[in-house]
Amino acid sequence: MSSVLPAELSREQERIEGFARELGLTFFRVVFEMVDWKQMNALAAYGGFPTRYPHWRWGMEYAELSKSYEYGLHKIYEMVINNDPTYAYLLQGNAMVDQKLVMAHVYGHADFFLNNVYYSHTNRKMIDAMANHATRVRRHMERHGVEPVERFLDATLSVEDLIDPGAVFRARPRQDATPKDVPEPRDVGRLPSKPYLDRYVNPPAYIEERRQAMTAAREEAKRNPPSPERDVLGFVLTQAPLDPWERDVLELVRDESYYFLPQRQTKVMNEGWASYWHTHMMTTRILTDAEVIDYADHHSGTVAVSPGRLNPYKLGLELFRDIERRWNTGQFGPEWDACDRMSERRRWDKKLGLGRDKVFEVRRLHCDATFLDEFLTQEFCEQQGLFVSKKNARTGQDEVDSRSFDDVKQALLFHFTNGGRPVIEVIDANYANRGELLLTHRHVGVDLRMDWAKEVLENLTRIWKRPVRLETIVANKPKRLGHDGTRTIEEDLEHAALKTKTRAR
Amino acid sequence: MPRIESDVNRFRQIVRGRVREELKKHLGHTELFGKQGGRVVSIPVPHLDLPHFTHDTGGKGVGQGDGAGDGSGKGAGDQPGAHILEAEFTVEELAKMLGEALELPRIRPKGQDEMASRGGRYTGITTSGPESLRHFKRSYRQALRRLIVSGSYDAANPKVALVRSDRRYRTWKPRSLPKANAAILYAMDVSGSMGDEQKEIVRTESFWLDAWIRAHYQGTRTVYIVHDAAAKEVDRDAFFRIRESGGTVISSAYELAARIVEERFPAQDWNVYFFHFTDGENYSRQDSDRSADLVAEKLLPSLNLFGYGQVEALGTRGDFYDVLRTRFDNDERVALSRLPDRDAVVDSIKSFLGKGL
Repeated sequence: MSSVLPAELSREQERIEGFARELGLTFFRVVFEMVDWKQMNALAAYGGFPTRYPHWRWGMEYAELSKSYEYGLHKIYEMVINNDPTYAYLLQGNAMVDQKLVMAHVYGHADFFLNNVYYSHTNRKMIDAMANHATRVRRHMERHGVEPVERFLDATLSVEDLIDPGAVFRARPRQDATPKDVPEPRDVGRLPSKPYLDRYVNPPAYIEERRQAMTAAREEAKRNPPSPERDVLGFVLTQAPLDPWERDVLELVRDESYYFLPQRQTKVMNEGWASYWHTHMMTTRILTDAEVIDYADHHSGTVAVSPGRLNPYKLGLELFRDIERRWNTGQFGPEWDACDRMSERRRWDKKLGLGRDKVFEVRRLHCDATFLDEFLTQEFCEQQGLFVSKKNARTGQDEVDSRSFDDVKQALLFHFTNGGRPVIEVIDANYANRGELLLTHRHVGVDLRMDWAKEVLENLTRIWKRPVRLETIVANKPKRLGHDGTRTIEEDLEHAALKTKTRAR
Repeated sequence: MPRIESDVNRFRQIVRGRVREELKKHLGHTELFGKQGGRVVSIPVPHLDLPHFTHDTGGKGVGQGDGAGDGSGKGAGDQPGAHILEAEFTVEELAKMLGEALELPRIRPKGQDEMASRGGRYTGITTSGPESLRHFKRSYRQALRRLIVSGSYDAANPKVALVRSDRRYRTWKPRSLPKANAAILYAMDVSGSMGDEQKEIVRTESFWLDAWIRAHYQGTRTVYIVHDAAAKEVDRDAFFRIRESGGTVISSAYELAARIVEERFPAQDWNVYFFHFTDGENYSRQDSDRSADLVAEKLLPSLNLFGYGQVEALGTRGDFYDVLRTRFDNDERVALSRLPDRDAVVDSIKSFLGKGL
C-alpha cells in the first residue's frame, strides 16, 4: 500500500510495543504505514480505510480537508483502524518525537479496540469487508448506472444511524413476546354465575367491553412488528419490496453502520484511554531529554480546550486520571459518599492502590454514556470548569447557561446517549392498512430538526416504496409528519391518538 | 493508495450541476464573484449534507473553561464550523451556463458576409512564384513524371533535372474570417441618487453581459463611461467605485458615447454594444428628448444593441424609461428593462440578450 517503515521507526515501534505489553496493554498486531499528507487526507476522508465504495461524500470530505490543510488550519497526526491487524498511519515528515507520540497513542487505541466490550461484535477483517463492499457497489453501478445507485445510496445513508445499539448483544433476533399458537379464548370471558344472577354479574355493557377488548387484542396480534423495532434499517431490509441490488446496498450500509457504532459510542473513552497511555509511556519511558519541550507542546495542543468546545481527548484523559486517583485513595463507596466534612474528604487516602486495576476494568466495560454517568463527580465537574452553554438568541453568541453539576451532567448524558441522536422506532409496517410505514420518535424534551426530518422521510419513501409517516411532538403538540413520495404531509394529532401512548408496553 | 480522485470528481460534478440548476437564483447575487483570479471564477457552495434525524438543540451544548472565574463566557456548542467549499468555473463555462439557463439565442455578428480577408493559409500550388516558396517535392515529382512519360528516364542512372515548366510554388489561399470584433460601452449614472446597492446590481449585470458577449467574439474592447451632469471615460475599477453627487444629464453620456463610437469603433469594423444604467431621473424633459434624439440619430446607426437598464432605488421613479419606450417601442435594436432589485437581473439580462443581436 505504501512505503515500508524506515528502520529507525521500526526500532522505535518495537521498543514502544514492548513498553505497552509491559504495562499490561493487549492488542492485535499493529502495522504502521507511512503516508504523505495527500494520502493522509484521502484516508481520513474514507474514514481510515484505503478502499471504500464510490461516493461523492468522500470526495467532499477530501476537498475540505485538502483546502484546510493548505490553509494550515489542521494537520492529521494519527489515524488508526479497528482491524486485525490494527492499521495505523504515520505522516511523512513529522518529527521523530511526534512519530513516537503517535505510536504510543495508537497502542492505546489498539488495546481499546481489542478489549472494550462494545467492540466485541465488530468485524476484525473490516478492511477486506470494505474492499468487498466497494466491489459490490461498483458492480451495481456498472449494471444499473451510476445515478440510480448513487441516489439509492444517498437515501440509505440518510437513515444509516437508525440501528439498534442493543441488537449486537442479543444472541439471535428477538422472538415475539407472545407465542404464536396460543388458542384463542372461545367466548368473551363471562364470569361464572348462577343463571338468575347472570345479568347482574355479566351485564351487557361489560360483555360489550370484553368483546371490544378481544377484537383489539386480535388486531394487536396482527401487528408488524410485534413490538417497536429500533433497527429501522434491518426492518426495511427484510420487509421493503427492494430490488436485489438495492437490498445488497442497504445491507452493506447497515453492516458498516454497525461496525462504526462503537466508535461513535466511545469517542471520549477511546481518545481518553489512548491519551492516558501516551502521556504515561512518553513521560516515563520514551522521551529523551531533548524532546521534552516538543512533546509538551504537542501534547498540550491535543488536550487544549478552545473556548467552550468540548475536547474528548481532554475530558476522557482527565476522567481516567480522576478514576485512577479515586480508586488509589479509596474515594468511593458508601463511606466516602456519606462523608460530608470537607477537611476529611480532602485528606481522604486509604492507600488502596486500586487505581490501575479500576481503569482497566472501566475501559473494558463502559461506553461514553455509562462512563460519564458512573464516574462524573461534582468535584471533577467543578475542577474541570465544565458548563452548559446556550446560544443567546439576541446576540447570537454562545453564553454560559449553567455551571451546576446536575445541568452539566444531564447535558453531557443527552449528548452521549445514542450519539446525541433521537431514538426512532418502527411501530407499524401496515399503517392504516395501506402498507405505509409508521415510525415514532421517542420524544425526550427536544424536538426534531424539522427540515431534515422531512427530507429523511422523503428518502425513506424511496426505500420503502410507499408513504412513510413519523409520529413526533413539535412545540408540545403531537404531530404526524409524512411523505408520500411527492409531497410532505403534516397532521395534528390529539394526545390520545398517539399510537405510542395508547399502546400498553 | 486510495482512489479518492474519482470521488472528488463526482462531487465536483454534483456541485457544478447544483450551481447550474440554481444559476438563476445565483444570478443576481454577487457572492458569486468572491474571487476572480484571471479567467476563473470561484463560486462558494455550501457543504452538502445528507439529512439525518437530529435534535433541534437550539445552540445548546457543553463547554469547558479552565479554572474558576473563567469569564470568557463563550461556549461554542458541538456544531462544526461551516466549511466553505468552492466550485471553479471559467468565464466561458459561466457564459454557456447562462445561455442554457436563460435560453439565450446565440449572437449573430452582423455583416458576416462582407468580411475582410486578411488571413490566409498556404494550401495551394501554382506554376509561378518566388523561388523562396518553391515546393521541392512537387517540382521533383513533376520532373520525374515528365521524364517517365517521355520515356527518357533511366533507372540505372536516375538523374532528374528540372526545367522551367516543372517548377511548382506554394501559394496561399485567402480565407474570409468572420469579422468578430465587439466593443462594449457601459455607461452608468453616478449621481447622488445611485447608491452602493444599485452599483452592485450594475456590476453583477455587466459581469454577465460581458461574459456572454465575449463568448461570441474573438476580440472585445470595453469602454466605461460615468456621468452625472457631465460624462467622462474611466477605467473598470473607477467605474464601480466612483461616486459623485450632483444632477443627472443623460445626454452628456450619449454624446460622449457617440463620439467614442465614431472615433474608435466605426460601425463597418465593429459590433458595438452600448449599455446604459441609470435611475432614470433626468435633469429635464428637454434633455430627455435630446437624449432620445441622440440615440436615434447618432448612436443607433452604429450600434448592434442599445440596452437601457433603469436601476430603481426605493422611492425613485425615473421617467426616462417611458420616454425611450414610447420612442423606440418597435426598434428591435433597443432593449429596455427595469431593475428594482437583484432578482430582476435575470429578466433584465434576458431582455438585453434575448434578441441575439
